[in-house]
This record gives sequence, structure tokens and C-alpha cells, in this order.
Amino acid sequence: MPTKTEKDALTGKETTGHDWDGVRELNTPLPKWWLYTWLATILWAIVIFVLYPAIPLGATHTAGALGYTTRDDVEAQLKALQAQRAPIFDKIRDESLADIQKDPDLLAVALIAGKSAFANNCAPCHGPSGSGRVGYPNLADDVWLWGGTLDEIHETISHGARSADPKAHVSDMPHFGADKILKPAEIDQVADYVWSLYGGRPASSTEAGAKLFADNCALCHGDKAQGNPEVGAPPLASAIHLYGNDRDTIVRQVTLPREGVMPAWSGRLDETTIKSLTLYVHSLGGGQ
Amino acid sequence: MTVMLKTPPPPDEESIHQGDMRLVADRVRVYPMAVHGPVRRFKWAVLIFCLGIYYLLPWLRWDRGPGRPDQALLLDLWNERMYIFGWELWPQEIYFLAGALILGAVALFMVTSLIGRVWCGYSCPQTVWTDLFMWVERIIEGDRNARMRRDAQKLGWDKAWRKVAKHAVWLIVAFWTGGAWIMYYADAPTVARAFWTGTASTTVYFFTFLFTATTYLLAGWAREQVCTYMCPWPRFQAAMLDEQTLTVTYQAWRGEPRGKKRQDEPWEGRGDCVDCRACVHACPTGIDIRDGQQLECINCGLCVDACNAVMTKLDRPEWLINWDTLARQAARSKGRTPPKIPLVRARTLIYLAALCLGLGIIGVAAASRTMLGLSVQRDRAPLFVRLEDGTIRNGYTLSLINKRPTAEALQLRLEGLDGAELSLPASTNAHGPVLDLPAKADTVTDVRVLVHGPASVRGRTGVTFMLRDPATGEETEYRSAFIGPEGK
Repeated sequence: MPTKTEKDALTGKETTGHDWDGVRELNTPLPKWWLYTWLATILWAIVIFVLYPAIPLGATHTAGALGYTTRDDVEAQLKALQAQRAPIFDKIRDESLADIQKDPDLLAVALIAGKSAFANNCAPCHGPSGSGRVGYPNLADDVWLWGGTLDEIHETISHGARSADPKAHVSDMPHFGADKILKPAEIDQVADYVWSLYGGRPASSTEAGAKLFADNCALCHGDKAQGNPEVGAPPLASAIHLYGNDRDTIVRQVTLPREGVMPAWSGRLDETTIKSLTLYVHSLGGGQ
Repeated sequence: MTVMLKTPPPPDEESIHQGDMRLVADRVRVYPMAVHGPVRRFKWAVLIFCLGIYYLLPWLRWDRGPGRPDQALLLDLWNERMYIFGWELWPQEIYFLAGALILGAVALFMVTSLIGRVWCGYSCPQTVWTDLFMWVERIIEGDRNARMRRDAQKLGWDKAWRKVAKHAVWLIVAFWTGGAWIMYYADAPTVARAFWTGTASTTVYFFTFLFTATTYLLAGWAREQVCTYMCPWPRFQAAMLDEQTLTVTYQAWRGEPRGKKRQDEPWEGRGDCVDCRACVHACPTGIDIRDGQQLECINCGLCVDACNAVMTKLDRPEWLINWDTLARQAARSKGRTPPKIPLVRARTLIYLAALCLGLGIIGVAAASRTMLGLSVQRDRAPLFVRLEDGTIRNGYTLSLINKRPTAEALQLRLEGLDGAELSLPASTNAHGPVLDLPAKADTVTDVRVLVHGPASVRGRTGVTFMLRDPATGEETEYRSAFIGPEGK
């Protein structure tokens, strides 16, 4: 602390006594109320230190006199939130899907809950907002492997496809190439025919392929390749396909079909969530 | 700008002293003395006017029809509406409030450049409430001398009851202030009844307490320290002042050399200032106006009244302290006729232009304000959906804004995409070029709309959603895009 302070001639104010090559600084003391406010904040900090968790001690910390933890706080808030939501969630659980769809207020809640549950559980495979990817169906379009009505979607979400659930959708397409049901040349002919159904222009005639299709494929995929959701057979005369639109994909799929697996959700998610998911998926644009 | 510098006093050996420098300054308690005069009367009038508006405005009613709030000025935060007489503003229109505040700031700049810190001296809430609190203090504890004497005394019965009474009345006024604040945010009669029956929300009690506490502390205890230390306005108002700005001015050329005057001393050869310090005693910020323009001076002009009273008693001309500009004072001190105050200056013109521009923008925005609004958000995932028949579909979330208090049946159509059809999800029958959409009353209705385009759509096509209210003929539009696959 400098000891030699003096009064500045021009302003009449005290200087700090610091001298930097002849430049001196005026002393502008803090107002006392400011000092008291500062001391009050220190006191406040001590009170907080005593009342709340404050000092880290390696793996643990001081608990504070109030025993407050943010985790307890969050849990209490979540419980309160669930209690607040319970009446309307119970209503979603108890009413039929069709009835919920007719009630705009209830539907709005279900769609929000469904959107959030979808992002948490379904989006990893089906993509954000059900946009799908190769091998995982797009849920916003109008092609459904296992049906696109509310009840069919609910069934699929609850029990899955080819999952461990006994009520799961199960279908098994014959391995036409791998099990030597069709010869490689015949597979090429069928592929040419199927390809031609949605705009492909094969080099040779598709007559032989059409006959092979009627004999081997039409049973499940339909006479006009329109598909059959009863057995999970997708429409083939369609602009969109699960594994790709090119001819090679058809050849591969006929030779040794890929078959997707969807887990059953009935044990993992509660009924309210599954119904909300159903309504949400139905609302994406393809619902029937 | 003319800078008035005090002549530096001769170097004084005594001023250099040994010792610690002061780190913390004690507050110099200000005991303002009561003054009487035209300035004081005007100040009372402004005080009554401002407080009258503040306390009574929430009780003004304005009929908006059944089921609607009938308070003329109401900021309904809970329901996200702001009612200003015939206007009902939505949160989206908060720019009107921002615009009004900006205009207020520019108007303040202009007024300050013309007539100085009249805001600080007369209408600033800090000034108004401090004045009110000082009035209470004066009634209970007496004027300056009595207060100073009593504060110096030991605590006795007389001092005790007066202090208790003063703080009690202050708290009542402060509570009244805090209570009135709440009424701008909720229906005044309802919230007043709820407050006293103990059924008001915690928020109401909290903010009443908060504003009671701040009023009591700022007007009762902090007073001029708010202006000197906390308020940013005195710090940058110098940018608005120039030598043509009216400010409270001690006319040094007339007053100096000052000094005590004996009865028989002639006025010749000396100034009119008799150094009675009436101006200093009257000052609510505790400064000496004779030191010239200074940051602490709020230009309230109470020193003018104080000095005039003394000058009248001494039979000298009034207005030794008055409102004048630096330019005029410079002329007067040289014995010249003071120039006229040029009201039209670059500075005032710029502020006026900014004010007119702001008013114009707000006026146009207000005139083109619609009761119908539309906002569209395109689905980002998936960007588009190809359907079984090869056609392309895009999804959009529409926010239908209906500011009317009635539900409206609206019609939506799309422009810019040939053959486009609109539909709602999960209702395959409502396909068509025009979609009927109901909009709920006085709120935003969110609705997801699907647009079907032909299979031939490629890349990005600009489209415009047109929302029409057939009942009123009002129409609003929103530009968006329809996305198809890339390539040919």
C-alpha cells in the first residue's frame, strides 16, 4: 500500500499515490453500500455452502444441512408429472384406437407421446419420423408389409415380426436359388418380369418370367404382384421396395431372401405408449 | 463545446499528506430542505400526474365483449396476450412493444438534447418516488434542520416513534406501489380481492413483495445513489447534451465573486451570490450547482426556487440560478446579448428523423396487421415420400393463427405445383385442391397437411400456401417448397 497520497490540484481529489512516469491516478473510493452488498454476497455464499451440497470430496461431497440433491428433485418432479398426466394417459390406455382418433384433444396428446416414444425406441431402425432405410420399412409411405390399419399397426408393434413373441408375424419366403427350387436362368427370367412391373426394361421377353411368377410367386405376392399383408408379402408392382429397386436386388432376393426382424414391444413398453406409437405411425401419412 | 474549467488552486503543501488512502467512501447523508416556488409546484403536479396514471390505470375498464378481459391495459402473461385499449397483441407481435420502447428512447434523446435531463428531474420513477418518500419524511420528522438535529441526538422516545412512523408509512406506500404493479398483469379487481382473501397465486404475493422491497429500499434508502452509481443514463446522457441544451445553470458571471454580505455593504463590485448555501441545502442529490454541470445533477431545478426566494428577500433580481445553455452563458458572461437557442440543429434533426422513421414503421406495421396468420414448417425427415404408384408426397405442419375471438372455417390451397392435391393424414377421403380447415378461436391451431405431387416432380419446386377466410375474404400466404427426388 503506497503511503504518499496527495490531493490532485485540478480536481481537488485524492490520488492513489501510484506514480507511473509522472502519471498519477485519482482515488475513486467505492461507496460504502457497495462494500456492504459485497459482504452480504459473501455471507450468502457461506449460507449456501452450509445448506446445500458444496465441497467435493473425491468420489463424494458434503451433503449440506438441507440434504438436497438435484436427483431427488428430478425424481419428485417426474413423479408429479406422471401423476398429472395419469388421467389422460389412462384414458388413452382404456379407449379404443378409433375412438381416440375421433377425439382431437386426446389424439393431440397421443401424437406427442407417440412422437417422443418413436424417437426413443423406433427411430434407430426406422429413421427419424419413420423415414426408413434399406431393409427397414419407411412408415410414412402407403406400402405396408403387415397392414396399415390402426389395429394392424398395433398388432405389429406389440408382437413384432419374426421375434421371440409367440404371436409375432412370421413368414418365410422360399430360398428359390439357395435351395435350388429355380435354376439361375429361371431366376433371371422372374427378375426380368418383376423388374418390368415397375418400369424396368429387360433385354429379353418377360413371357417365361410371367409364367414362372404365376407358378411360384403369385400364391403369396398376388396375381398382379399387388402383395398380401396377411402373409407379409410386399407388393412387387410398386414404385418402392424394401431392399432396393434395381434388378440385381430382385435376383438376390429370389435366390436367398433377406427377412427383417422386428422386436415385440408389448413387454417393454406400456399399453399407453404402444397405442400412442400406433396413432403416431398411422398419422405419418400412410395410415389406412 | 465550451469547457468550463475551474482555475487550479495554487499547489498546497498541506494537501500532500502521509497516510492510507481511502478505499471506501462513507455516504454523505443528504438532508434536502423544503422549497416553495413555481418549480416545486410544477414538480408536485408532475408527481401527482405520474403516480395517478400508475395507480389508477389498471382500474380503467374497456369493453371487449362477453368473456373477454375488460381491463384497458393488461399484460396477460399467463394467456400470452397484451391488451392495450382496442388492441390485442400476441407474443408474435411483441415487436410493437419493442418499437414503442425504442421510440421512447429516441424521444428521450431528443428531449434531452433540447431541454436537458427533464426526465431525470421530473418523471423518472426513482425521482418521483424519492420525492414522495421525502415528503413523508418531512411531514413526520420535520425539515432539514430538525432532521439533522434529531439524527445527531441519542435515541429517545421522540426520535424512536418518528423513525418507526416514517418507515411504516414508507412501507405502506411501497406496498401500494408493489400491489399496483401486479394489477397490470391480472384483472385488477379480481387480483385485489384474491390478494386480500389469501387466494392469489404465489407469483402475485412474490412480485408484490419484490416491488414493495425495491420501492422501499430505492426510494427510502438508496435515493440519489441510484442516480449517481447505478443508473447508466447519467453516464451517457453527456452524448446528447451540447452547448445549446437547456440545463440548470448557476450564472457565475452574475453571482461571482460570491461571499457573505453585511447589511451596509453595497452590491457594486461583488456578485449576487451571498453564499447562503440555500441551493446546496435544497438539492436532493446533495451537490453544489455553483460547481457547474455535473453528473450527479438531475436538473430538477429545486435550487432555482431556493435561490429565487433568497434573491427576492435581498431585493435582487431573481433567476441567479435558471435554465440556460452554455452558449448563452458564455455570451452573457462577456456582456453580449445571448443568442437565440437554435432548436433546429443537426442533432435534433437526426433524433426527429429517427423518431419519424420509427413512428412510420410502427404505423405501417399496425395498419397492415391481420387477424389471420399462417406459418408452415416442412417435414425435414423424410424430405419426401414416394408412394406405391410412384407419386411424391411431402408433409407440412401448418400453424393457423386466428386472432379473432370466434372459431373460423378456413380454406387452404396450394399454388405453384400443377396437379397437387392436399389431404390430412389418416383421412384418405379429403383429397383435393382445396382443403377445409377449422381454426380454433383466439389461438394457434397446428395441423399436419400432406401434399401429393405427380411422379415427375424433381428437385425443389417453390410453392405457396394460400389460407383464406371465406367469411371475411381475408387471405394470407406462406412460401415453402415441394421436394422431389434428385436427378432426371
